[in-house]
Amino acid sequence: MGAPPIDVLAKVCEVRPGGPADAVQGVEAGCVAAPATVAEASELMRVAAEHDLAVVPRGAGTKLHWGDPPERCDLVVETRRLGRLVEHAAGDLVVKAEAGLPLADLQEALAGARQQLALDSPVPGATVGGAVAAATAGPRRLLYGSARDLLIGITVIRADGVVAHAGGKVVKNVAGYDLGKLFTGSRGTLGLIAEAAFRLHPLPQASAFVTATAADAAEARALARALLRSPLVPSAVEVDGPEPLTVAALFEGFTEAVPARAEAARALLGGDTGAEPPPWWGRLPEGEVLAEVRAAPSKLTAILTLLADVGTARVRGSAGRGVWHVGLPAGGADETLSRLRRHGTAVVLTAPEGARLDRWGPLPALPLMRRVKDQFDPGHRLSPGRFAGGI
Amino acid sequence: MGDVTAGLDGLTERLKGIAGAENVITDPAELRTYECDGLTYHRATPGVVVLPGDAEQIAEIVRACAAAEVPYIARGSGTGLSGGALPRTDGVLIVTSRMRRVLEIDVEDERAVVEPGVINLDVSKAARPYGYYYAPDPSSQQICSIGGNVAENSGGAHCLKYGFTVNHVLACEVVTPDGEIVEISEAPGYDLLGAFVGSEGTLGIATKVTVRLTRLPESVETLLAAFDSIESAGEAVSGIIAAGVVPAAIEMMDALSIEAAEAAVRCEYPEGAGAVLIVELDGPAHEVRHQFAQVKELCREAFEIRVAADDAERALIWRGRKSAFAAVGRISPNYIVQDGVIPRTALPEVLARIDELSAETGVRVANVFHAGDGNLHPLVLYDESVEGEGERAEIVSARILDLCIEHGGSITGEHGVGVDKARYMPRMFTEEDLDTMQMVRCAFDPAGLCNPGKVYPTPRLCGETPGRRTGVHPLVESGKADLF
Repeated sequence: MGAPPIDVLAKVCEVRPGGPADAVQGVEAGCVAAPATVAEASELMRVAAEHDLAVVPRGAGTKLHWGDPPERCDLVVETRRLGRLVEHAAGDLVVKAEAGLPLADLQEALAGARQQLALDSPVPGATVGGAVAAATAGPRRLLYGSARDLLIGITVIRADGVVAHAGGKVVKNVAGYDLGKLFTGSRGTLGLIAEAAFRLHPLPQASAFVTATAADAAEARALARALLRSPLVPSAVEVDGPEPLTVAALFEGFTEAVPARAEAARALLGGDTGAEPPPWWGRLPEGEVLAEVRAAPSKLTAILTLLADVGTARVRGSAGRGVWHVGLPAGGADETLSRLRRHGTAVVLTAPEGARLDRWGPLPALPLMRRVKDQFDPGHRLSPGRFAGGI
Repeated sequence: MGDVTAGLDGLTERLKGIAGAENVITDPAELRTYECDGLTYHRATPGVVVLPGDAEQIAEIVRACAAAEVPYIARGSGTGLSGGALPRTDGVLIVTSRMRRVLEIDVEDERAVVEPGVINLDVSKAARPYGYYYAPDPSSQQICSIGGNVAENSGGAHCLKYGFTVNHVLACEVVTPDGEIVEISEAPGYDLLGAFVGSEGTLGIATKVTVRLTRLPESVETLLAAFDSIESAGEAVSGIIAAGVVPAAIEMMDALSIEAAEAAVRCEYPEGAGAVLIVELDGPAHEVRHQFAQVKELCREAFEIRVAADDAERALIWRGRKSAFAAVGRISPNYIVQDGVIPRTALPEVLARIDELSAETGVRVANVFHAGDGNLHPLVLYDESVEGEGERAEIVSARILDLCIEHGGSITGEHGVGVDKARYMPRMFTEEDLDTMQMVRCAFDPAGLCNPGKVYPTPRLCGETPGRRTGVHPLVESGKADLF
C-alpha cells in the first residue's frame, strides 16, 4: 500500500495510464495492464486486490459497451498478450487457448486440421475469452449449442489472484463443479478468464443455405417449425424480420448428402437454395437499443406481431433455440421490453448513454446470484455494477 | 452435536406433519432398503426416510432440516454408481420416487416438463408418439430418474454426438438449501443451471425439470466389427474420427469382457475376437448412408463385420455391450466398475499400462469403453474369499485412475465423484481449484447440510478464509460446527 498503483503494477507486467479510448462506457480507466502469462495475470490480480482496485477485464473490446457502465474502473486488464493457442489435440478433437486469442485466429489454426470450434461470433474480432465471458453464439447454436455447451475446461484468476481450474481437456468429465458454465456469460464479474478448453467438431465437407420469404409472422413460424420437425437436421434455422420477413436454414455435412437435404428443405419451404447465406446471417440487428430475447420457439409469432407496432424494430435469431436479438428505437424501448417479457426474458445488451431502461427484467434467482458474486468477489471490485441486479 | 438422535426424533414428527405419516419411514428393516445406491460397497442406514409428494413439501422438509441442523440427502431411483445418494445415519433421506408425473409433453416447443422421480426412459416413451425422444441414455435408463440424471449430469452411449444431461436441460425448479423454491436457467444472469446440473445433489434438490426433446432420427445404422486386437480396433476408431464422422456411438470391448458377455447373455459375438467395436450412426438418411459406407471401409482390418438389418438385430448387437458390467459376474465373483477418462488418442498407451499392471499384480481387468470420447470402464475382477484380493483390486483400480490423470484425463466421465472418489479429487485438482469450487457450495449451502461429505474430501467451512488450513477449525473444536 502507499505507492501509486501504476508503479506497483509496472513491476508485474506491461502497464500504462488509461487514455480516452480505454474508457468503459464513459468511465475513465485508471490504467491498463497487459499481462503476458497466466502467472503475470495472477500476480496482477493479487496486487489489484491489495490496492482495492476495481478491475474490468477486456479482450478485443468488441462488447465492452454491453451492459451497464462500471461503477468505477481503476484497472483494465487486457488479455491481448495472453493470446496463445496452448494445445490443439486434433485426434482428440480438443483445443485449449488463452483468453486473448482472437476467435478467427483460432478457427484458422483449427481449419488446418479440418476442424472447427462450432461457435459463431456475432461480432467480428472477438477473442476466446470475450466470447465466453459474454456467452455469445450465433445461428449454429441450434445444432452445437452455445459456448457453455462447447467449453470443457477453464482457467480463471480469482479476485484475490488465485489461479483456479475446473473441467479439463477431455470432453467427458463430471469431476467437480462446472465453473466453466458459471463463468460463461458472467461478463467479468466473477474473475478473469485466462484460458479455455473446448470440444471441437470436424469441418463439414459441404454446406448449403435455404432461404424463403414469409408473408406474415404466422407463416414465418410455420416455416421454421416445418424445418425443425423434419428429419433433415439443420445446423441453423434463423429468422430475420419484419419487412422482409425471411426464414433461412443451414445444412452441413458430406458433399454427397448435403444437396439432397437442402433440396428436401427447399421443397418444404419454397424459396431458394444457395452456397451463400443471406447478407444478415449471423450479424446482430441494428437499433439504438439491442436486446437478447429468449422465449419458447412458438413465441416467435407473438414477438413478431408485437414488434410490428414498433416503428423500426428488427428481430433476428434462432427460431429453433428461441434466442433472438432485437433492435429497437430508444423511444418507448422500456415499454416494448416489458411487453416482450410477457413471452420470455429480454436483456438489454446496448443502449444509448443515459437511457433509462430496465436492462435485465425480473430475475427470480437473483438472491442466489448475489451470493455467488459475494463468494467470488467479496469486495465487489470486478466489473462492479455491470451485471444483473447491479452485481 | 451430541444429541443428534433426539434432534431426529423431533424432526421425524415434523416430517410426518409435512408429508403424511404414511410417507415417512422409520422402521429399521424398511430403512435398510435405502442403505446404499448402485455402489453397494458403501452402506449407511438412513436416520429417517421421507417420500414427499411435491416441491412445497420438499421445501418444508429442507427448512425443517435446516432448523434442526440435520443433514439431508436426495435420492431418485438409487442407481448411482459413486455413492452420491449414500444416506447418513444422522440424516434425512428425501426420496423423490412419488414425484413421477410427466407434467407436459410440449411438441410445439420440443420440450417436456417432468417431476424428478420420472424414469429416464419414460420421457422418451411419452415423446415417441410425436416423433421425439429424450437423448441422454445412461445404461440404467430403464430405472434411473431424471432428478438423479440432473444431479449426476448423466451421459450414456450416445453422448458422444448428443452431449450430456446438462446440454438437454432447459430449466430446473429447485428447492435451495434455504428451503426456497427457485427456477434456474442458463440465462439471463449467471448460468446457475450449468453449475447445478452435475453438482451431485450438493446444491439443492431439483423438483421440476424442463428437458429438450430431440427429433427421432430418420435413419439409424449399427455395425459390429470384430478385430484381432485392441490396437487395430483403436486404429479404426482413429480413422473414423479423422474422416470427420461423428458417430452416435462407438463402443469397444476387449476379449475378457466379450468372454463375460458371452457367458452371461450369449451375445454370439464373432469367436476369437481380441476386440469388438460397435459403431452406430444416425441422422438424415442421405448422410447416414454415405458415412456408413465410409465407416465400413475404415473397419477393413476387422475379420468380421455384422450390420444390423433391423431393430431386433440392432438390439442383439447392443445386448453384449449393455450387459457387460453385470456379465463379469459370470467370470468373477466380485468386481469393481471403474469410470475414468483419457484423451482418446492415449488409449493404446493406457491400455498397455493397464495390461502391465494386471500382469504385475495378477489382478484381471476386463475393458469396456466409450471409445469415441476416451471414457474407460475397466472392470477390475477379484474374489473376496481370497485374502488380500479385494485390497489388490482396489489398488489396481486406483492406479488406473492415476493413469487417467497422468494422461490429462478425468477420474470420472459419467458415474460422478460421490463418496467413492472424493479422495481422488486432490489428485486431479489443486487445493486452490477445490477451494474455488467450494465457493459455489458456500453460495448455495452455507450451512453444509445438503448432501454433505460428497464430491469434496475436506471442504473448508463457509466464511472461512480461503487457503491452507492447519489444525482443527475453532468452530469444530468448540462444537459449534462440523466438517461434513
